[in-house]
Amino acid sequence: MESVKFIFRNNLKQYAMLIALVVIMGFFQFTTGGILLVPMNVTNLVLQNAYVFILAIGMTLCIVAGGNIDLSVGSLVAFIGAFSGILIVDYKMNTGLGIVLALVAGLVVGIWQGYWIAFVRIPAFIVTLAGMLIFRGLTIFMLKGLTIGPFPDAFQKISSGFMPDFLHMPGLNLNIAAIVAGAIVALLYAIAVISRRVMRRRNGFENSTFPLFLAQVIAVCFTILLIAFWLSKYKGLPIIFIIIGVLVYAYTFFTTRTVPGRYFYAMGGNEKAARLSGINTNRILFAAYVNMGVLSAIAGVAFASRLNAATPTAGQGFELDAIAACFIGGASAYGGIGTVIGGIIGALVMGVLNNGMSIMGVGSDVQQIVKGLVLLAAVAFDVVSKKRA
Amino acid sequence: MDGTILEMRNITKSFPGVKALDNVNLSIRRGEIHALVGENGAGKSTLMNVLSGTYPHGSYTGQIVFEGKECAFREIADSERIGIVIIHQELALIPYLSIGENIFLRNERARNMVIDWDRTYKEAAALLELVGLRQNAQTPIKDIGVGQQQLVEIAKALSRNVRLLILDEPTASLNEDDSEHLLKLLLDLKSKGITSILISHKLHEIEEVADTITILRDGSTIETLVKGEDDIGENRIIKGMVGRELVDRFPPRERAIGSVTFEVRNWCAYSPINPNHQVAKDINFKVHKGEVVGLAGLMGAGRTELAMSIFGRSYGDRISGTVLKDGETADLSTVRRAVDCGVSYATEDRKTAGLNLIGDIKENITIADLKKVSRHWVIDRDHEAKVAEGYRERLNIRSPSILQKTGNLSGGNQQKVVLSKWIFTEPDLLILDEPTRGIDVGAKFEIYSIINQLVKEGKSVIFISSELEEILGMSDRIYVMNEGRIVGEFAREEATQEGIMTCIMKSSGERGNGKR
Repeated sequence: MESVKFIFRNNLKQYAMLIALVVIMGFFQFTTGGILLVPMNVTNLVLQNAYVFILAIGMTLCIVAGGNIDLSVGSLVAFIGAFSGILIVDYKMNTGLGIVLALVAGLVVGIWQGYWIAFVRIPAFIVTLAGMLIFRGLTIFMLKGLTIGPFPDAFQKISSGFMPDFLHMPGLNLNIAAIVAGAIVALLYAIAVISRRVMRRRNGFENSTFPLFLAQVIAVCFTILLIAFWLSKYKGLPIIFIIIGVLVYAYTFFTTRTVPGRYFYAMGGNEKAARLSGINTNRILFAAYVNMGVLSAIAGVAFASRLNAATPTAGQGFELDAIAACFIGGASAYGGIGTVIGGIIGALVMGVLNNGMSIMGVGSDVQQIVKGLVLLAAVAFDVVSKKRA
Repeated sequence: MDGTILEMRNITKSFPGVKALDNVNLSIRRGEIHALVGENGAGKSTLMNVLSGTYPHGSYTGQIVFEGKECAFREIADSERIGIVIIHQELALIPYLSIGENIFLRNERARNMVIDWDRTYKEAAALLELVGLRQNAQTPIKDIGVGQQQLVEIAKALSRNVRLLILDEPTASLNEDDSEHLLKLLLDLKSKGITSILISHKLHEIEEVADTITILRDGSTIETLVKGEDDIGENRIIKGMVGRELVDRFPPRERAIGSVTFEVRNWCAYSPINPNHQVAKDINFKVHKGEVVGLAGLMGAGRTELAMSIFGRSYGDRISGTVLKDGETADLSTVRRAVDCGVSYATEDRKTAGLNLIGDIKENITIADLKKVSRHWVIDRDHEAKVAEGYRERLNIRSPSILQKTGNLSGGNQQKVVLSKWIFTEPDLLILDEPTRGIDVGAKFEIYSIINQLVKEGKSVIFISSELEEILGMSDRIYVMNEGRIVGEFAREEATQEGIMTCIMKSSGERGNGKR
C-alpha cells in the first residue's frame, strides 16, 4: 500500500487533472442538458481537437527536454496546409505522395529550427518566434492571400472519415467494427498488464494487491469499451482518432520505456549532469524540434483536411492551445517533468471547455477568459502542491 | 542576563513525518565564537533557519530570547532588523551586480529612492578594507572568487550593524589560504564585539577559533563544550557527534598495487573563457592497477579542470596530449568514449553537475550506461530496478525506495548515488572529485570504505580533495598540483601535510621570482 500512496503522490497532478476533467465534463453535461456527451458530439470533440492532441504530443517532448516551447507550430500548420494544397489541388499531385511530401516539408522545417536551437544554441523561444513570423509570411506568400480547395475525397477522409463497418449488421444502428476494435484494444491492454504482473512476480518484485489490480484493469477496459460503444452509436471510429491513438501509444512507449526517451528527461532534469553522463544533449534538443516539425506537419495535413481547404489564417493560436494543454497536464516549465498522457488530458480539458461553452452559447471573449484562468489555476495548483510536499 | 546575547529554549520543529528538532537549547554568550557541529541532518541548519525567521514564529515551539527580549520573527527581514544575519552556504549574491551594489542590496545608500553612487562605493570600499578584501567595489561579483564572495557577504552583514553573525559552512568551498583569512577575520570581528555562530564540518578550524562548541545529534543538543574547561580536540568532538568513538577515520585496506594501467602524457588545456589562460600545463602522470592516487592542491590549482579535460574533453579548449591505457593510446575525446575506455569521473558538484535532482535514485544510477539495462533501446524495467536496488543496498543509500527523488536525499546519500552511477559503468579508472565535500563524518567513512572496495577489485582511483588530511589518509601516492602544473609527487610513506604545503608554496614562489 505504501508504494501505491507513493505513486499517487508522485502523479498527484495527473490524477488531479483527470478528476478535474471528469468534473468539467459533468458540469457541461449538466449545463448543456446532456448534449455534451451525445455520441455525435463526442465524435465532434475528437475531430475538432485532433490538431491539439497531435501538437501537444510534440510539445511535451520539447518541454520535457528543457522547458522549451515551440511558438511556430500554428504557423507551421498553415504552411503545411498551403504546401499540400498547392501540391494536391493546384498541381493535382497524387494524394498519398502529396501527404508524404508535406511530412518531409515538416521534417525540413524541424531540422532548420532544430539546428538554430540545438547547435547554435539560440533560445527556442526566439527561434520559434522567428519561425512563427516566417512560416505565416510564407503561407500568405504561397497562397497569395487566397484560399485553396477543395481537396480530393481521399484527403478529406483523414479528418472526416471513419473506419468502415465491415461487420455491419443490418437493422442494428451500431457500428460493430468499432466495438470489435475497442474489444481488441481492451484485450491487448489486459494481456499486457497481466503479463507484466506475472513478469514482476517472477523477477521477485512486489505487486499491488490483487483486488486493486483487478479494479484497475476492469476500470480501464470498461472505459475503452465504453468509448468504442459510444462512438459506434454515431458513425464509428474516426480515422483521425485511430491516428491519434497510435501516436499516443508510440510516444508514451518512447518516453517511458526507451533509452533515448529517458535521455529527454535526464536532459530536462539537469543538462550539465546529462552531458557529463555521456548524453549528447545537443542531439536530444535537435531531435525534439525535428519531431515537433513532423508532428506539426501531421497536424497541418489533418487540419487542412478538416477545413477541406488551405487558408492563410489556418492554425492561428494553435501553439498556445498546445502549450497550455501540456502545462495543464502537469509538465514543468523548467523541463524534466511531463508526460504524453498528461498533455492529452490537458488538451481534452481545453477541448471540453471550448466545446461545452460553445454549446452553451458562451461568447469567445468569455471562453478565452475561462481558458486562461483554468491554465493559471492548474499550474498554480501544481506549484502550491509541490511547495507543501 | 548580561553575558548572554541569545538564548533558544526548548525549540521543537517538525516536518511531515520527521521531528527535525527536539527540545533544543542553545545559549550564546556575548562576544564569543560559538561553533555548532553535528552530522548532516543533525538539525544545525534547521535550528538556524528557526533563529533567522526562515521558519516563521508559530511553525515551531519554544522560545527565542535575543538581548533579553523574546522574539517572534515572521520573516528573515525581522531578524535582520535587530542584527541577526545569517550567511548561507550557497551565497546570496547577484552575479552581474557590483560588489558595492551587492553589499547595499535592500539597504541602498539613497535619498528619495535615488541611489547615491559616491556614497555607495565610498562606504563599500571602507567595508572591504575592514574585511581585508582588496578589490574595487565596482567589480561585478561574477569576476571574483568564492572566497572573496564570502568576504563580500560578511561586509554586507557589517553594513547592517550585525550583532550576531551566523556562518553556515563558510569554508566548505574555500582553499586553505582563504579559509585561514576568513577565520582570522572572525577573530578580528570578535575583538570588535561581534558575536558569531559558526557551523562547520572542519573540526580543526573549530578547534582553532571557537570559544564554545555545541554538538547536535539527531535533532537534540548533546552537549556544550567550553574551551579551557573541556577537551575540544577533534576526537572528542567526533565522539559527541557520532555518539561513538571513531577509532580510525580512515578504514584500513590491504594494498595490492599492480602495474601501470593509465598514463597521461604532455597534457595541455586552455580555459574556454580566457583563451590565454592555460589550465593544464604539460602534465604527466601514471596510475597503477589497484592504486589510489591523490591529487592535492589548493582551490584553483587546476585539478578539476585537468580531470574534466581528460574525461571526454568536458572542460577546456585546445586540449592536447595523449592518454595510454595498458600501453596503448586511448580515445577519451567524448564522455561516451571515455566511459567505454573504462574511465569515469564523479564531479565535485553533485547538485549542479552530478545528479538530476528531480529524477529518482534508479534513473540517476543507470543514466550513464543505460544500454546495459536495455535491449534494442528499450529499457528492461525490472533489470534496471534490480541494479538500482543492488546499489542501494551495497552502498547503504538511506531512502525509502529507489523511486525516491535524489533532491530529497541528504548530501551523503546523494554522493552515494553519484558513486553508484559511476561504479555502474564498471570503470577501470574512477576519478573522484571532492567526493566527501559537505558530508558528515559517518558518510565520509562509508565513502572511504567504498573506495577501498573498488581498489580491492583491481580498479584504480584518482582521489581529488582539498582536505589534505583525507588525501594523506587515503592515497597510495600523491601528486601535488599548483597553478596548472604537477609540482610534486609523494609516496605514501614520505607525505606529510607540511611537506605538501611547502611544495605548493615553494612552486608558487619560484615562478613568482622567475617573473620578476
